[in-house]
Amino acid sequence: MADLSLSNVRKAFGALNVLHGIDLKIEDGEFVVFVGPSGCGKSTLLRAIAGLEDISGGDIRIGGEIVNHVPPAERQIAMVFQSYALYPHMDVYTNMAFGLKFAKIPKDEIDRRVRKAASILKLDAVLDRKPGALSGGQRQRVAIGRAIVRQPKAFLFDEPLSNLDAALRVNTRIEIAKLHRELGATMIYVTHDQVEAMTLADKIVVLNAGRIEQVGTPLDLYHAPANLFVAGFIGSPAMNLMEARVSAVADGNMKLSVGEQHISLPYSGAPVAPGATVTVGIRPEHWIPGDGPSVKIEGTVDLVEHLGETSIVYLRLADGQMITVRYPGDIFCTAGDRFVADAPAAAVHLFDAAGQAMLGRRSGPAYGILGQEFRAR
Amino acid sequence: MMAETAPQSNWVKRIEPWLLLAPMLIVLATVTAWPLARTAYLSFMHASLDDGDLPRFIGFGNYLALMKDGDWWHAVRNTAFFAVISVTLETLAGVAIALLIDSQIKGRGALRAVMLIPWAIPTVVSAQMWQWMLHDQYGVVNALLIKLGFISHGIAWTAGAGTAMAAIIAVDVWQTTPFMVLLILAGLQIIPRDLYEAAKVDGAPGWAQFFYITLPLLWPTLAVAILFRLLDAVRMFDLAYVLSSKSRETATISIYARQQLVDFQDVGYGSAVAMLVFLMISLVAAIYIQITKIRLISE
Repeated sequence: MADLSLSNVRKAFGALNVLHGIDLKIEDGEFVVFVGPSGCGKSTLLRAIAGLEDISGGDIRIGGEIVNHVPPAERQIAMVFQSYALYPHMDVYTNMAFGLKFAKIPKDEIDRRVRKAASILKLDAVLDRKPGALSGGQRQRVAIGRAIVRQPKAFLFDEPLSNLDAALRVNTRIEIAKLHRELGATMIYVTHDQVEAMTLADKIVVLNAGRIEQVGTPLDLYHAPANLFVAGFIGSPAMNLMEARVSAVADGNMKLSVGEQHISLPYSGAPVAPGATVTVGIRPEHWIPGDGPSVKIEGTVDLVEHLGETSIVYLRLADGQMITVRYPGDIFCTAGDRFVADAPAAAVHLFDAAGQAMLGRRSGPAYGILGQEFRAR
Repeated sequence: MMAETAPQSNWVKRIEPWLLLAPMLIVLATVTAWPLARTAYLSFMHASLDDGDLPRFIGFGNYLALMKDGDWWHAVRNTAFFAVISVTLETLAGVAIALLIDSQIKGRGALRAVMLIPWAIPTVVSAQMWQWMLHDQYGVVNALLIKLGFISHGIAWTAGAGTAMAAIIAVDVWQTTPFMVLLILAGLQIIPRDLYEAAKVDGAPGWAQFFYITLPLLWPTLAVAILFRLLDAVRMFDLAYVLSSKSRETATISIYARQQLVDFQDVGYGSAVAMLVFLMISLVAAIYIQITKIRLISE
């Protein structure tokens, strides 16, 4: 087990820069998830840590040692590939034992480790089968088993669940979380699925276009996105982002106009000139009327979706902007109805023209809207 | 109405596949089955174009004579030697070149195109070309070797006892290695790249990646490629015929069969030779498929 640190890690393929100076510290035993849209560089970063890609600049340290030019096998990491990359002509046992053979580990020790991993992963009954004869979930577990037997300093997962069906994905996700708790190993996990990121991570690293947008706990990112990208990326359905113009800032209040509508927010941040363009962000699930100061936006119902546990209302504002409102339970309205969405002022996010968060927010129970709801009952 | 049409449509269903297969079956029957049956029939006859007699049945007479024919056994040995050595060399060279082209070296596109040229030339043409290049007085090979000081005077490569077979094998390797490269390359390219990455993480050195991953996964392709070449080599005729047609030292079983049939006009005996050539090729293929357990038809 070891901590891992990246400093100014850069990677270019020819003239194309895919990683622009990544700085990151990963503590021993931490579960870190790299998340971001396709092509954001998350897999490249993972492969660079694994040693499968040479980096163009910066340093990668594992357990304090610079490993920039150390071959993958000597970095003492294990990797689970998206396609599993099981050796198709070897049975499950041989697949798991393959790497240990080259590490000059005695045969009985190899046998002990493989059988132990097999029993953890419930693969005892299929040790003599070839990957082709296994189910998707079993193949996935063999890939994990092959990583476990190496007793690595860190586990690297490259979108390991993307080839599984929905039900199996949830199960395997839970298995991986349990495995992390049992082994206490450092794990780095790449995914584009924010549910996987939110449920598994101690720490999420949001990547976009080769840069880190934000690093934080899942709730940090949900409650206090540092910028527009993270605000839009974390949360489903995505946060409503409305263009607004600052009309006045006075007495700890900011007055804004969203189209023709006026809203007011408590504001004590840096001075803002009237006329500045900002973005107002409110999560669909936060349009819940509360007791304190609130923000009201009026629109016309475009569509209503009834999901049973929630209802989703799509509103069209007078200036054409769309906003999404998610209510717990059922809501009765139809397309064409006038609708006033109402959210507590404390749930509003504000981003400046450069997309950076303007309200210095911290996540925590004091902020959690639904948390408040639960306490109130 | 349904009851009336059902038997008819059943009959149509039964006959339809045969109708569709008919053209191919007729072609196969006329160009393969009939000549084969005719050859088999003639192989049990004494039939010569020399002596004007009508063919007469002599049972296994031709075969028994053949078993005692030193020239036949010599041709068998030549063929076996040629097949084993040339296919082995072509396989080794084919794997090596395919690995080279499959790696990320510069100019591999051009290399792939240039490499195919020897294979694209008709065998008789390339054999004649090599015949000239290997000529003892005017050949470029001898001229080069003399200039470099390896030899003092020209060697008759295609006529010499020890060198004729070597020359034939060399030309065959030159000509058909591209075919092997092409097939092996296709086999290499279907091996998923991430297996090699997994092997790298597993700490398998280069040789181990080749022997534990490349070779086992390439084997199905390689086995079929070797089978093709082996069958080609066992019935090889053109190269030896052009390069050293008269020589007993290089005569293959196909050349021997032609010699009996055409030069000596002994249709019965020649047919027996041809039947044995056919049986040997079948036997080689059958044994090979058994040993390698390759599947020619996917399930």
